[in-house]
Amino acid sequence: MHDTTLAVVLAGVIMLALNAYAILGGADFGGGVWDLLASGPRRPQQRSLIADAIGPIWEANHVWLILAVVLLFTCFPAAFARVAIVLHIPLVLLLVGIVLRGSAFTFRSYDSRRDAVQRRWGAVFSGASIITPLLLGAAVGALATGRVRAPVGGFVASYLEPWATPFALATGLLALALFAFLAAVYLTVEAGEDRPLAEDFRRRALGAGAAAIIVAGGTLILSRRGAPMVHAGLLGTRWAPPLHAAAACAAVVALGALAVRRYRLARVAAAALVSLVIWGWGASQFPWLVPPDLTIAQTAAPATTLRFVSLGLVAGAVVLVPSLVYLFRVFKSADSERPAHS
Amino acid sequence: MNDLLAARGQMAMSLGFHIIFAVVGIGMPLLMVLAERRWLRTGDAVYLDLAHRWARGTAILFAVGAVSGTVLSFELGLLWPRFMAFAGPVIGMPFSLEGFAFFTEAIFLGVYLYGWDRVPPRTHLLAGVAVAVSGAASAVFVVMANAWMNTPAGFEMSAGRVTAVHPLAALANPAAFQQTLHMLIAAYVGTGFAVAGIHAFLLLRDPANAFHRRALTLALMVGAPAAVLQPLSGDISARAVARQQPAKLAAIEALFETTRGAPLTIGGLPDADSRTMRFGLEVPRGLSLLAFHDPDAEVPGLDRIPREDWPPVTIVHLAFQVMVALGTGLALLSLWIGWRAWRRRDLVGSRPLLRAIAIATPCGFLAIEAGWIVTEVGRQPWIITGLVRTRDAVTPMPGIAVPFVLFTLLYLGLAAAVVWLLYRQIVRAPTAAEASHA
Repeated sequence: MHDTTLAVVLAGVIMLALNAYAILGGADFGGGVWDLLASGPRRPQQRSLIADAIGPIWEANHVWLILAVVLLFTCFPAAFARVAIVLHIPLVLLLVGIVLRGSAFTFRSYDSRRDAVQRRWGAVFSGASIITPLLLGAAVGALATGRVRAPVGGFVASYLEPWATPFALATGLLALALFAFLAAVYLTVEAGEDRPLAEDFRRRALGAGAAAIIVAGGTLILSRRGAPMVHAGLLGTRWAPPLHAAAACAAVVALGALAVRRYRLARVAAAALVSLVIWGWGASQFPWLVPPDLTIAQTAAPATTLRFVSLGLVAGAVVLVPSLVYLFRVFKSADSERPAHS
Repeated sequence: MNDLLAARGQMAMSLGFHIIFAVVGIGMPLLMVLAERRWLRTGDAVYLDLAHRWARGTAILFAVGAVSGTVLSFELGLLWPRFMAFAGPVIGMPFSLEGFAFFTEAIFLGVYLYGWDRVPPRTHLLAGVAVAVSGAASAVFVVMANAWMNTPAGFEMSAGRVTAVHPLAALANPAAFQQTLHMLIAAYVGTGFAVAGIHAFLLLRDPANAFHRRALTLALMVGAPAAVLQPLSGDISARAVARQQPAKLAAIEALFETTRGAPLTIGGLPDADSRTMRFGLEVPRGLSLLAFHDPDAEVPGLDRIPREDWPPVTIVHLAFQVMVALGTGLALLSLWIGWRAWRRRDLVGSRPLLRAIAIATPCGFLAIEAGWIVTEVGRQPWIITGLVRTRDAVTPMPGIAVPFVLFTLLYLGLAAAVVWLLYRQIVRAPTAAEASHA
């Protein structure tokens, strides 16, 4: 019983890493979306604000995903193996997106300043920033559908049908909309004293927020047939009403704060909203790690492994937390914001 | 192409690609930090310029290393899910620690690259030190996990399932020490000589250039001592392999018959079917002496190993010859450099020496690639020595040739882009006149 508790805690840590990846790394992908959609008289300023915001932190933000993967294969090896076998295709495409996004962004920063060169790397960067969240969301959506079963039967039934469903693809779209929303909200803060630039991203944030709400509604409707377990969890359980209330509250605060230009408040509320969506998914699937047949307890590694990993996590956090705080204080604190200039 | 071969090809290609960037991620931060420290100490602005320019190169290469490393962490499962289901709980520990080391590296590289004007100079230097230390730590943890595949330890099994795990014993498996030592030194040799070679090449064209002179000296201060130490670490490794992985040693030396006072064969082309070696240069008793430090020692040959459990002898033997030849060449070159630096205090005056350093540019990296071929191909047909066969670990997903081709094309494109970008960074280096102005 004690070991099961530890396994549940570690599954919670994996969720926490995914949560951090979504609200930090996700916003970096969202930045790529706005790089592609940069428009109007301040198009170059929008792009350079995005590049400045992402530059120092995207690699650190990216490590949350690696941490989640490593913890999954260490603590829940059978679940990792199943996911890696059945979701091979979307995961390979996700990796291609990750490789292209990261390298194109860096190459653009260090390549020639000529417009044509910058546009070429920029197109790869922003294209990959759109594809990657779609596939990440689709993989999560596929998990939630409960179709990631041990492969039996043909190629299509084993390796395509689990994720090529309307619900999984809608989840991909939801991830994209939420990441774009987060990025736009964060960028209103990053713009600092440059009011017109902040206005550009305020409008984008409001638009992306509205889009995310519509897609979320659509996903919920699709979940009735596509992901009955999530559907039941999100509508029929004891914790469902408080979760929906909190999410609605976060959405109202985020959009309201944008409306009255309280950008810092909007940033907190937007991150809270995305976190609630993620924990809503996690809670509705509990205690299944890979529904319909693999639970947390079934796939947990031997107790010694779990204990040592917990110790490793504590030791790692002692190094990681102050380092992360320092990174964000250097680059994201109030006095590091860009001054007004035209 | 069958799926097993495609999966092995994809894994080999992904590792072979990533290792270059991983090695640079260990070596370059040390070089940046040395240059910046010189600047803080001497106030010589050329060193600051050098730290800036090396940091730009590091940024490009680290980004590619980070994303190709992500690919690998997924590929462990995408290609070898049954290996991970078995090994995950046992060697997850070093991978988790590596995760934190990589986190630290990425965080402080961000501070280093973007923080020149945002943090005080000392703090900036310390951020660089944090990158160098955590980069080395990442390498240590990952190679420990690889060493476990060669000499598995730290778990109990019954009926093919892991029943108990001792993560610390798995971490400290028999091959861990010598493998991590050899790889870490190799990283400094590879990066040091690659950087030195580029600056030596530019000095051949522009001998008075103060920028390249300082760069050459710093890079050799890292690369040359490491290259002299590497044969010693190689000796430790070889003796450990002889004791722990006799099949790998027999394949490395293409020793088909168990022999007392076994000779060392330099070069040569082994033929596994006829169990013979052609064109090799034999050093009597050399192998017994090197592997066991005893000229009469018995060295177990491939005849002790069932035929179906032999590693591919020709590949392993030739890769080992390449690694040792390159390593020896770099060690001798380092002695020449040391002698010249001691006697004349001026490396740039000798054009033959500069030419040799320029030619050595890729040699450290090539030796690393060859060494990994020895380690990985020499373990076949096992993915975990003696326990799990590579063919039993591969994913059931068909059509693996498709992702293999996809990632090969992707990496070829990336390699071309990186080479082009670095070339542009290098041609933009200051001329002699600019450097003396600085």
